[in-house]
This record gives sequence, structure tokens and C-alpha cells, in this order.
Amino acid sequence: MSSALRKEQNRTIGALLIPALAVIIVFTTVPALTTLSYALFSWEGFQRSTFVGFENFQKLFAYPYLDQLIAALRHNTTAFVVIMTFQTSLGLLFAYAMFRVRRGLRFYRVVVFLPVIFSLVVVGYLWQSLFDPYYGPVNQIIAGIGFPELAKPWLGDTSTALPTLMLINLWRWVGFPAIVFLAGLNAVNSEYIEAARIDGASEGQIFRRIIFPLLAPSLTIITVLTFIGAYEWFDLPFVIGGSNGSPAGATDTLALMFYRLSFGSIDSGANNVGVGSALGVLIFTLVGLGAAFGSALLRKREVEQ
Amino acid sequence: MIKLFASRTFFQSVLIINSLIVLLPVFFLLNSSLRESNEFARTPFALARDPFWENYKRVWSEGEFGSYFINSLVITGGSLILILVLALGAGFVLGRYRFRGNNLIFGFILTGMLIPAKLAILPLFIQLNWMNLLDSRLGLILIYTSAALPAATFIMSGFFKSLPTDLDNAARIDGASEFKLLSKVLVPLVRPGMAIVAIYSAIPIWNDFFLPLVFLQSPEKKTLMQGLTVFFGQYASQWGVLFAGLCLAALPLVVLYLVLSEQFIKGLTAGAVKG
Repeated sequence: MSSALRKEQNRTIGALLIPALAVIIVFTTVPALTTLSYALFSWEGFQRSTFVGFENFQKLFAYPYLDQLIAALRHNTTAFVVIMTFQTSLGLLFAYAMFRVRRGLRFYRVVVFLPVIFSLVVVGYLWQSLFDPYYGPVNQIIAGIGFPELAKPWLGDTSTALPTLMLINLWRWVGFPAIVFLAGLNAVNSEYIEAARIDGASEGQIFRRIIFPLLAPSLTIITVLTFIGAYEWFDLPFVIGGSNGSPAGATDTLALMFYRLSFGSIDSGANNVGVGSALGVLIFTLVGLGAAFGSALLRKREVEQ
Repeated sequence: MIKLFASRTFFQSVLIINSLIVLLPVFFLLNSSLRESNEFARTPFALARDPFWENYKRVWSEGEFGSYFINSLVITGGSLILILVLALGAGFVLGRYRFRGNNLIFGFILTGMLIPAKLAILPLFIQLNWMNLLDSRLGLILIYTSAALPAATFIMSGFFKSLPTDLDNAARIDGASEFKLLSKVLVPLVRPGMAIVAIYSAIPIWNDFFLPLVFLQSPEKKTLMQGLTVFFGQYASQWGVLFAGLCLAALPLVVLYLVLSEQFIKGLTAGAVKG
């Protein structure tokens, strides 16, 4: 390479790379690292006060925050397990169904994925209206088919609020794993399937023995993304239950608690930036470690085609 | 029984049922947005035979939807331009040049993908205040750009890498500068990548309500999704108007999606699907 070209390339590297790096450093890296330091100080509103070491973490694990923390963590974990079980298997079912049908594939693809493009604000309010105790169609349908005693305020009852929220989440998100699995299915070498068919394997056997193992990479990605999404669950609970996780904290999540601690709320009073940042660090560590550990573990069982 | 489960009819019915579950709520929303609120309260399921357009007029004139809409357009558009320009440059350099530190910088940019803007919200808040960018559309554009840029750079560098190096040498022999090479020769070839980046970045920005909620206070700067949360408080139990507001907010993306569904699906699953 000529030295004139090298010089020009060095200038190009500088001119094209520095702006992008600067934006990322100033608006992502620095704030993320500062969160760590914020957790080590005590705060008066948004004014930094004295260095307190790990006191904010100790406060987070004591009264009155500990109860909230445990409840929130339980809800996030429930969301992860339930979403992983139902949303992912339904996504796989839809993907496999689309893989098998001959007619209408284009239509089904567009419809399956449609809710994924909706804003969670729109989805949240739409379903809040559908589940409205008086005017909502859900209760009217339940009463209409002869079970009026089962009609209840689904989102207002502490025992049904979280499951209902997960159901709405399913409606909004199931198209995502479906499309990812469909892409995985289309990448499976069809010769394997043909060969198995010739050998007399049933469709069920082909799915269990050939297709499913080869879908492992898609499953890894969906599991990791579901994990991250479940432990950072915020938008839908916030739109429907507000920052306090109504009713009575039944839909509270770690991210909602983080929001309350950061900016305060009508019920729980003034904010606490120090404890909030400690919780932020905790969530980030949990999600980061979980995602890294999970993907390493899952990748082991992926097979080469 | 097993035969039934494996049959095409079974899969066809699964997909038909799912389509109904997806489309019926959407249809209900659309239908109810065209009915008078009182009528809706009496008979939620009746068809809007005589469309009541008044709801939409009220949303547009009373709800400041026009200004919300323009703000969302400015913020999404501004972020998108910045993301594309920066990701083209960084993707080009990282995907096509061999220099010391290339992998290190690439790795650093990828760590940005792991950091959710939500969890850095407090320092961002204080930092924006200090930079005089609080309650500013530009501040929001910069945060969105920073959040989308790692994935955008990753996608673009992949597209740049896939082009043959002969192109560069031929252009250089013809006397093209590095910048000309990028802008005249390579950019036209990575357009599919730019489309993926555009969709991947624009949709979460357009749909976001969280960052505007925290960073934009002035009513005249509010975005569509943020405005919708205000609007819902104001028009509680005026069903027709509320539904019309939801429809208007969802409409632009739905129309685009129906026209460009393949690109949308590719764009939104870009991080999860290889190739």
C-alpha cells in the first residue's frame, strides 16, 4: 500500500470513526459507568451528597425496599418462565405451521408479525379497553356464552392482573419468535428431511429428531432475548398498571421499582437516586450475567449442520 | 389423533385461529373508533354502519395530535439520518480497512449493544441537564442515535465486508478518493443494509414513550406515544375519541408495514436472524 493512500486512509478512519465513537461514549458508555458511581453516593434529590460506599446496596436489601425487591423479582421471574414456556412454544408452533402449509404463507407471515410493530402504548390501552370490567368485550363474551359469574375486572384483581398482563404480552410478542423460528426452519437443509422421509420416518419423528435439534441456534437467541426482556420488563406494566404496579403492586417489576426510586412517585414519595442506581446496577448485572451464562450453556447443545 | 396433529388441515386451522386472535382486536379498535361514545357504551359490538368521523376530527383539533405527530416525525427522522450517516462511516472503516485497533474498537462498539438506555437514565438526566439538552428534541435524538448506533454499525460493517475488495482497487486506480469510493461506489451497493438499519432503528424510536416521558416536559415538544398517555387521562370514558386516537397513532406504521412487510420483518429481526 502506498504511503499516500495510507495517509488518506488514516484521515478517513479519523473522520468517519470518531463522530460515531464520540456519540456512543458520551451518551451510552459514560452514563452507564456513572450509574456505578452514583450507587456509591448518598443523594438529596438530584444533588450528589457524600460518598457512602455500599450503603445504598445495604439499604436496598433492607426494610422498606427488600419486600418490594423480592415481590418484583418474583414477578419478573414468573414472567420469564411463563413467557418462555407459552410464548416460545406457541411461536414454534406457528413457525412450524407456516413451514408446513402451502397456501396463504405470505398472508400468515404478515398477520403473525403485525402486533410486533404496534407501540406498547397502543397495545396497552387497546387491551385495557378490551378488558374493561363494564364495557370490555372480554367480559361481555364470557357473560354471553353463559358464564356471567366468571366475568371479573381482570386487570384490577390482584390474582389475575399479572397473568392477564402476560397474556397481552403474548399477543404483542409471539410473532417475533415465530418469525425467528421460521427463518431457522427454512435454513434446515431439506436433504436431511427428504432422506428421513425416504427411510420411513414420521413427520413427528422428523420434527423431534432432525428439525428441533437444528433449531437450537434460534432457540438460544430467543431464550436470551426473552430473559433480557423479562428482567427488564417495563413498558407494558407501566402503561397498564402505572409506576406502582397496580393493583396493589401485583404487577410490580424491577424496572418499575427502579423508575420509582429514580424519579419518585405519588404513592412512595420522594426519589432516592442512590438506592435507585444500586438497583440499576443490580438489574444490569443480573441481566448481563444471565444472558452471558445462558447463551454459553445453550450454545453447547447447538449442532453443526 | 397423532395423524390429525401432523396434518396440513391442523396447521392451517392453527394459523387461521391465530389470525383471528390478531385481527379481531384490531378490527374492534377500528370499528369502535368510528362510533359515538354513548352508542359504544350501550352496544360495544355493533358495527359502525354509519361511520362517525367526528371522533377523528376531535382528536386532530383538540388533542394537539398534529404537533405530537410532527415532533415524532422530527425526532425519528433526525435520529435516523444521524444513525445512517454515522453507521455508514463507521461500518465502512471497520468493515473494509485493516488497521491496528480495528477489532478492539469493533468490540467496544458492540458492548454498547448490551447497555440499555433505561438503566442509565439517571446519569443521562443529569448529564443532559448539564449539557443544556434537557427538554430538547436534539437531546433525545442524540440518545436514540447512541442507543441504535452499535447494532447499526454491526449490520453495516457486515454488508461492507461482503463486497469484493476489487471494487476498491478499481476505484482507486481510477483516481477516486476514499470518500468518493464510499459515497459513489459502495453506498449504492449496501442499500439493502441501510433499509434494514432504518427499520431496525426507526420503529423502536417512533414507538418509544419512556425517554420522552423522562426528558421532554414542554407540551409543545411531546411525541405521539407520550402524547397518547396524556390524551388518555383527558378523555377518559370518551371511548370513540380514545379509540380514534389509538388508531391515528398506530396508522402510519401499519400502512408502511403493509406496503413493506418483508423489509419490516427482516429489519426488526435483524439482530436475531443470521443471513
